[in-house]
Amino acid sequence: MPKLTIDGREVEVEAGTSILQAAEVLGIEIPRFCYHERLAIAGNCRMCMVEVANSPKPVASCAMPVSDGMVVRTNTPVVAKARRGALEFLLINHPLDCPICDQGGECDLQDETMAYGQDRGRFAENKRAVKDKDFGPLVKTTMTRCIHCTRCIRFITDVAGVPELGATGRGENMEVGTYVQKALSSELSGNIIDLCPVGALTSKPYAFTARSWELKKTESVDVLDAVGAAIRIDTRGNQVMRILPRTNDDVNEEWLSDKSRFSYDALLRQRLDRPYVRRDGKLVEASWAEAFAAIVKRLKGVSGQSIAAIAGDLADAEAMVALKDLFETLGSPHIDGRQDGAKLVGPRGSYIFNSGIAGIDAADALLLIGTNPRKEAAVLNARIRKRWLRGGLTVAAVGPKADLTYRHEDLGDDPAILAAIADGSHPFSATLAAAKRPMLIIGQGALARPDGAILLGLARKIAEATGMVSPEWNGFNVLHGAASRVAALDLGLVPGPSGHDVEGILAAAESGEIGFVYLLGADEIDMARLGKAFVVYQGHHGDAGAHRADVILPGAAYTEKNATYVNTEGRVQRTRLAVFPPGEAKEDWKILRALSEALGQKLPYDNIGEVRARMAVANPVFGGTDVLEPAPWGPFGAEGTPSSEPLVSPIDNFYMTDAISRASKTMAVCTATFVGCAHERTGTHG
Amino acid sequence: MLHDKDRVFTNLYGQKDWRLAGARSRGDWDGTKDILDKGRDWIIDEMKTSGLRGRGGAGFPTGLKWSFMPKEVGARPHYLVVNADEGEPGTCKDRDIIRHDPHKLVEGCLLASFAMRAHTCYIYIRGEFIREAAHLQTAIDEAYAAGLIGKNACGSGWDFDLFLYRGAGAYICGEETALIQSLEGRKGQPRLKPPFPAGVGLYGCPTTVNNVESIAFAPTILRRGAAWFAGLGRPKNSGTKVFCISGHVERPCNVEEEMGIPLRELIEKHAGGVRGGWDNLLAIIPGGASVPVLPKSICDSVLMDFDSLRDVRSGLGTAAVMVMDKSTDIVRAITRLSKFYKHESCGQCSPCREGTGWLWRVMERMCTGHATSQEIDTLEEVTRQIEGHTICALGDAAAWPIQGLIRSFRPEMERRIAEARASARPALINESVGEADGAAA
Repeated sequence: MPKLTIDGREVEVEAGTSILQAAEVLGIEIPRFCYHERLAIAGNCRMCMVEVANSPKPVASCAMPVSDGMVVRTNTPVVAKARRGALEFLLINHPLDCPICDQGGECDLQDETMAYGQDRGRFAENKRAVKDKDFGPLVKTTMTRCIHCTRCIRFITDVAGVPELGATGRGENMEVGTYVQKALSSELSGNIIDLCPVGALTSKPYAFTARSWELKKTESVDVLDAVGAAIRIDTRGNQVMRILPRTNDDVNEEWLSDKSRFSYDALLRQRLDRPYVRRDGKLVEASWAEAFAAIVKRLKGVSGQSIAAIAGDLADAEAMVALKDLFETLGSPHIDGRQDGAKLVGPRGSYIFNSGIAGIDAADALLLIGTNPRKEAAVLNARIRKRWLRGGLTVAAVGPKADLTYRHEDLGDDPAILAAIADGSHPFSATLAAAKRPMLIIGQGALARPDGAILLGLARKIAEATGMVSPEWNGFNVLHGAASRVAALDLGLVPGPSGHDVEGILAAAESGEIGFVYLLGADEIDMARLGKAFVVYQGHHGDAGAHRADVILPGAAYTEKNATYVNTEGRVQRTRLAVFPPGEAKEDWKILRALSEALGQKLPYDNIGEVRARMAVANPVFGGTDVLEPAPWGPFGAEGTPSSEPLVSPIDNFYMTDAISRASKTMAVCTATFVGCAHERTGTHG
Repeated sequence: MLHDKDRVFTNLYGQKDWRLAGARSRGDWDGTKDILDKGRDWIIDEMKTSGLRGRGGAGFPTGLKWSFMPKEVGARPHYLVVNADEGEPGTCKDRDIIRHDPHKLVEGCLLASFAMRAHTCYIYIRGEFIREAAHLQTAIDEAYAAGLIGKNACGSGWDFDLFLYRGAGAYICGEETALIQSLEGRKGQPRLKPPFPAGVGLYGCPTTVNNVESIAFAPTILRRGAAWFAGLGRPKNSGTKVFCISGHVERPCNVEEEMGIPLRELIEKHAGGVRGGWDNLLAIIPGGASVPVLPKSICDSVLMDFDSLRDVRSGLGTAAVMVMDKSTDIVRAITRLSKFYKHESCGQCSPCREGTGWLWRVMERMCTGHATSQEIDTLEEVTRQIEGHTICALGDAAAWPIQGLIRSFRPEMERRIAEARASARPALINESVGEADGAAA
């Protein structure tokens, strides 16, 4: 390992490290604009110049690898002058519109000018103006502010894998753009807003709504897909102003999908802010007491066999354990936390992403089964692409044809192919068997269908036959779409003996056998099949479930509660309360606890600590947070021949998958832009 | 003065047949197989001993450059790339070599590629060179047909392929790494060094990029011996060089001369002297647009080679001698060069992208005198902020002409400013410019 001296301090770093990274190890800050540790090195801003002994010119530290015995100085007059010079050049054509710029207060150019710049300029000519580009509904451009660091280009090309951005023109006429004007079609496009060191790319929905210094920042996790990306919720007063990613190398690195980033406007729309009770066919506003009374009245003398509960995609673990406990005390075996009908039940290893998302970095062969990770987990897909770009990863997919942003062999969408891979007669099984770290990712498109258990069994056979499962490596991965699902399975929200699953509950409700259904944020079921059942909907958005409900109990969205979610890897994570629930809405477990008391079946916990202790009893994984432990493995899945029904992805519109994103105006515009309207727009529109 | 017997480019003026038969009659392709048989180490050693310095402008020893290539071919093939993107203003040597002596280049490509274990060589030719590209392609085809290149080139057992690639017209594509980018089909922008092309070049493989003239010298050097070439010129600046003399001379021309010839002798012997006599000389740019201009006082005695010109704070560059007599508006002339660099900056590095435009705009005002004398200092300082702070040398090239102008012709710039000030009505642009110094950046 080379040893070098920076500002008189010795440091030993790995070969191939740049001077800038070595300086970071020592805590020496070197200013930069174009350099970003997760992007390719461009070395074009010339801000990070340092002096290296025996080099006649200052050296760009981001691009210069260290060598043994190197002597670097970062605090000499030459360096200070180089930085001042670079800043002066960046500023001559940069508009001084900081007061009306959304980046103000969190702008690298502002900060570094304060730290390293001059107090006056010498440029007396006219400044350049650049025409703004239209990058679609999410990214707002003010291209005059662009300092041509090319971070956005490198992100979109390398990380997002949609080569839609580039630089046209030369010299001072160089412009960043799409050449032929179009909206950026990446699911990760919002990240270029964070990457842009100036205000050239800002958030369109957030534009002019707040200044960064007036926002309260709450660290939380995202629940709009099952990745569980680390996020920061920025609020002003009791309103979420924006959502940004936080760094979590094991999960999302520092990226966030557009849906998770931009759906926050829905937190103010279509909200259930008070209880409702259906009277004479109409939902009317009610008090909590009236709502509970209506439920108590309906449940009086009803046998546990004729009531059922379904937990939806956004339900938190606390609420689900309370729901399960309540229905157990009411004597109902009909409870299901898999509203999409996924055939998942069994040892924990059978329903989580065993290798961990970071495990993708180690994989060398990957089989995708019935999933389109680009739509179902955009950030995770970027991780696969990153691994693929490094070389040595073979990817094949059994399932829908899709542009996944990396090259993969499309094996077809016939489930029979899985049987062929499992018994070794398919050429790809040899590839998997030859790989050191083979991996498969099975999505809900394969599991949430009548023969899902058979497909799951085939996937297990493939995993076992190709050596995916060993004590030090488990490449059997289930990719969930819903943030609540793994917690639901961990807590055992599956039908008890003689209990009905979602399909059974719906059939029984249709036939009248079940007369009471409790929906904990479940919106993605066929409400028409609930028949004449009395439906209680507990949730935060007026979506399908609330429309069908006879009683509505207003709950809290993920930004409004301290709650536990388990991501697809089985990582227990907590959201934090950033704003209070609107109106009379309450945290979800408290609603169930209060209802239990009204029903005379008081649940044995009075605060969140006790609820969490109860969760840890139900499953020890809830004893800690943010740890991944090898999950138990055992027989699961079913034997049999799958139907010939082709495998499809459960998501056809990435932008609208749950009650929150469906209520978002931003997501509606995205849907219209990228997915297409259901109807042709006519001349009278808008 | 160079004797005819020591001339390398014997058909520089195109008076003889440029095709294979003609080239052979002038000694090209004579005993190429014998040279190849002497082996790679011998070739590289000869090139090193000859003292040939790269003719593209930087003057890096060619033999040394060749020796940087890996000694064994690993998993990745080696490439030779010949830079025929001659774009330096004032320079027109490569095009005459290609037009009238293409076989020298083709033979040189074979020898150099062989020495560097490259089976493939690309010649990146400037897109505007229509006739040149046609001649070169004909020469390549002739060489293939005659078995001189291709499979078992010259019967040596070495397989060698030569491809001609036409550029799309950008000055920056003459920079070696930008040329490689362009050759790969990307936007012509210089790459960061390290890694150097000898390690990671074309398609990520070890690559050497050489100028046309350097490569075209190789066959003659190897045939006549390093000692002969080293005996010409001055120590460390050996051999001959094609000089391109343009501007205010009686007979602008390309001429091959010994390195180290006095500038005055070069102009008077070959170009018929400065228009109106030597005393009518104002200044000379000795090596293409990017080197600083020399006032007459220096031109009187300076020798034309890399080290002598470096000692007078200019450079030999591509040896494009641009002569300006006293009728020249020297500030306007340098402003035109500034505009050229502003136009040709690739836009990657901030100092060059923003700085070249700034320089040009201030220079435009300097032409008319609508500036302040402090601004001359600012101008000088801005050039220093660009120089040495960019990925490639285009930033330096944009800075040097202006530095040369200020060094040698500052009084002329001051005079214009004073004149403009005197004739200007109050509150004209120069006033507001002076005050604008106080404005924020």
